[in-house]
Amino acid sequence: MSTVKLTVNGKAVSAEVEDRTLLVHLLRDHLNLTGTHVGCDTSQCGACVVHIDGQAVKSCTVLAAQAAGSDVITIEGIAKGDELHPMQAAFRDNHGLQCGYCTPGMIMSAIDIVHRHSGNLDEATVRHELEGNICRCTGYHNIVKAVLDAAGRMKVAQAAE
Amino acid sequence: MGVEGIGASVVRKEDRRFITGKGRYVDDIKLLGMTHAHFIRSPHAHAKIKGIDGSAAMKMPGVVAVLTGQEIVDDKIGNLICGWAITSKDGTPMKMGAWPAMAPETVRFVGQAVAVVLAETKNQARDAAEAVVVNYEELPAVADVKAAIKPGAPQLHPEAPGNVIYDWHIGDDAAVKAAFAKAANVVNLDLTNNRLVPNAMEPRAAIADYDTAEEHFTLYTTSQNPHVARLVLSAFYNVAPEHKLRVIAPDVGGGFGSKIYIYPEEMVALWASKKVGRPVKWTGDRTEAFLTDAHGRDHVTHAEMAFDKDNKILGLRVKTHANFGAYMSLFSSAVPTYLYATLLSGQYVIPAIYAEVLAVYTNTTPVDAYRGAGRPEASYLLERMMETAARQLKVDPAELRKKNFITTFPYQTPVIMAYDAGDFNASIDAAMKAIDYAGFAARKAKAKADGKLRGIGVSCYIEACGIAPSKAVGSLGAGVGLWESAEIRVNPVGTIEVLTGSHSHGQSHETTFAQLIAERLGVPISQVSIVHGDTDKVQFGMGTYGSRSIAVGGTAIIKAMEKIESKAKKIAAHALEASENDIVIENGEFKVTGTDKSIALPMVALAAYTAHNLPDGMEPGLKETAFYDPTNFTFPAGAYICEVEVDASTGKTSFVNFVAADDFGRLINPMVVEGQVHGGLAQGIGQALLEHAVYNENGQPITASFMDYTMPRADDLPSFKVQHTTTLCPSNPLGVKGCGEAGAIGASAAVINAITDAIGHNKLEMPATPDRVWHAIHG
Repeated sequence: MSTVKLTVNGKAVSAEVEDRTLLVHLLRDHLNLTGTHVGCDTSQCGACVVHIDGQAVKSCTVLAAQAAGSDVITIEGIAKGDELHPMQAAFRDNHGLQCGYCTPGMIMSAIDIVHRHSGNLDEATVRHELEGNICRCTGYHNIVKAVLDAAGRMKVAQAAE
Repeated sequence: MGVEGIGASVVRKEDRRFITGKGRYVDDIKLLGMTHAHFIRSPHAHAKIKGIDGSAAMKMPGVVAVLTGQEIVDDKIGNLICGWAITSKDGTPMKMGAWPAMAPETVRFVGQAVAVVLAETKNQARDAAEAVVVNYEELPAVADVKAAIKPGAPQLHPEAPGNVIYDWHIGDDAAVKAAFAKAANVVNLDLTNNRLVPNAMEPRAAIADYDTAEEHFTLYTTSQNPHVARLVLSAFYNVAPEHKLRVIAPDVGGGFGSKIYIYPEEMVALWASKKVGRPVKWTGDRTEAFLTDAHGRDHVTHAEMAFDKDNKILGLRVKTHANFGAYMSLFSSAVPTYLYATLLSGQYVIPAIYAEVLAVYTNTTPVDAYRGAGRPEASYLLERMMETAARQLKVDPAELRKKNFITTFPYQTPVIMAYDAGDFNASIDAAMKAIDYAGFAARKAKAKADGKLRGIGVSCYIEACGIAPSKAVGSLGAGVGLWESAEIRVNPVGTIEVLTGSHSHGQSHETTFAQLIAERLGVPISQVSIVHGDTDKVQFGMGTYGSRSIAVGGTAIIKAMEKIESKAKKIAAHALEASENDIVIENGEFKVTGTDKSIALPMVALAAYTAHNLPDGMEPGLKETAFYDPTNFTFPAGAYICEVEVDASTGKTSFVNFVAADDFGRLINPMVVEGQVHGGLAQGIGQALLEHAVYNENGQPITASFMDYTMPRADDLPSFKVQHTTTLCPSNPLGVKGCGEAGAIGASAAVINAITDAIGHNKLEMPATPDRVWHAIHG
């Protein structure tokens, strides 16, 4: 057992976990942040993507202990109070989700994609960049639309800041 | 249409919780004192269990119990059932082998559970499972459907000699023989419909909680139909009487058919919870999903079509071998029979049809309904047949289809179905225009000049969904009725709760059902709650599958709403001192027609509950229920056209364009309908290009993870051009047809027809991987 201390969604947290505990299970089972999902056991599906120190990471590939001292943001931590993150709003407005299970991971990946490309995205790039996230419901059509839409919204938001 | 009524693409009410991480799926639920289950599964495709020793596991940290298949049999938990009885040609009933929830003596597929470990944590249960010793005696196994019926093949069940479950037929053999005897041309086709794994992104999960004082069970489960689960668990599996069993299906992360069935894990969790007196939680991992979720398709078919000298179809003969896997899953028997062969007329006038279906056991995961369920198999067969015929007869594939389209309705096919409405020319014309079909030859020539192989493929599907008139399916062997129920509660303040027996696991019911209320009662959808997925709340329901929610569940809501309106009008008329017949409902107001007198819905509702001034003899309250049994299936139909480019040097297929023109009757929320089409197309394209559940000859699955089984990803798919043509469904008051499965039903043939057009010959099976396409090009 180890004590892992890290920051999750801006709050300092500490948990006593088995050494083999994965970050995703620390989040879900110890911190009750169940928005981060588990959809496979081979790090293929991306339902568990969170941000660690600003980068999108599959939280099933990281031991909780490896995340010690880092700043983790989950799907629960991206809205500002009642105000949705532009990516969340774009997923809703473009019907970019159906069952909702892959959605948190999709949104967290998509935010990272927009950041890495400084908002300059086209359809082919978005499709290529989403290769680590599987959705079984939407056929990706509206997810791609949502990411492109959000890229525009995030640019505007950034310009306003 | 109001801004939130029928026809409005309003954004979804349910989205906020999903995009903020507040969805509540089964694995998100924790109960006090919960134990965690881990199943011990057979590594062999076929074996005798010689012994199970859990003594070492019992000594490991946190272990609560090790329970075996023999114990569940000893406790008289019933065997799994198949809910649709099929009769063979010779009049004998289908031959079903016994399927206990955990195997006591014999395992028949890799992944079949033989024992379960319960422990304080999931990891402790996993660790202890490693210490359970199961002694197997391996038996010969067979995975291939044709190999399984050969003399000397390994035998799975004593009940089914030769591994044959049934040998069924439909149609008129003599009429087909006569048709072929006078044919000018006959077209032959052999094809395989590849085995698929549904792979809803949320793995199956169950939490069972037994209350010793009340002798009452609660089951949280990933179900598309919680009431059916309760019924089956109670009536057939002896878990508990229905009033002592509550089944809750909260947010469910996709189903596609795979979450219709009541699986062994749910039965074991309930049984084990009573045995240990604590809640039991099981969450499957992805490999367990590959091994134990019911698979889809797996047909091998030979077909022949007869044409006259004018290229009109005279007859169709089909022989299909259907691989059922090791056991008969809940609705498995209906899939290759009444959900498949009854659609073999497609969109065409085919005067004579005869189909035979041999249902066969193999040492593989059980196969059942997966998005489309039988109808994709029928559509893929027919649409490849039409394309093959056009090439053989040297006519344009679209023209050959048009020449043979059914154009007058109602139309009685030779295989049970009576199509009620449609306009197949309208949909193919719309699709041809959208893809510039006329300009294809020039594009193909240009691509050729650039060293690329370009092809175009058409697929015109029709399907029967909105299952079903209960009397009709009952006469065909179904063990249940397939109506739907609804209850509408208008609260004293005028907000509305709709309790529906349909279940949403991505289908957007919380929005579209609320739109039905908004349309009729003028209430904003924010004032309407849709309640589903809990047997303690909803009176009863048959659930969601077979694209039935809006046609059957939606109509039940309309029927309940008619009763609400009728009573509310009486109350309004009484309050306004007018005649009930003069009351009209407009924008949430009950108005006396031709006057300025009106009363708003909340005031009517309040009057119903205060009951201070109701018409004489009227009961207080404003709550109504309805059970709706459809009078016919609905028949969505459409045309998909796909244009591809194949790289001859790599065999890789790229999409140039994919267009869809669907007729779903009236659309409640076009945005949602289009989303359903996109998802269906992705699964149909996945089947055509990528997905394949493969077993080796010993029954070992070699595609049991996302590393081995190719799921469609964003860059495997194009954006789709989706449009609609409209003929209203005459059999329901909304005029709606189901839209959930169409994409998966029609897309595969369009893709393969396009690739075979590009490579110039017809010898290609799904999935058309680059390897297969390269070999098809280069031999």
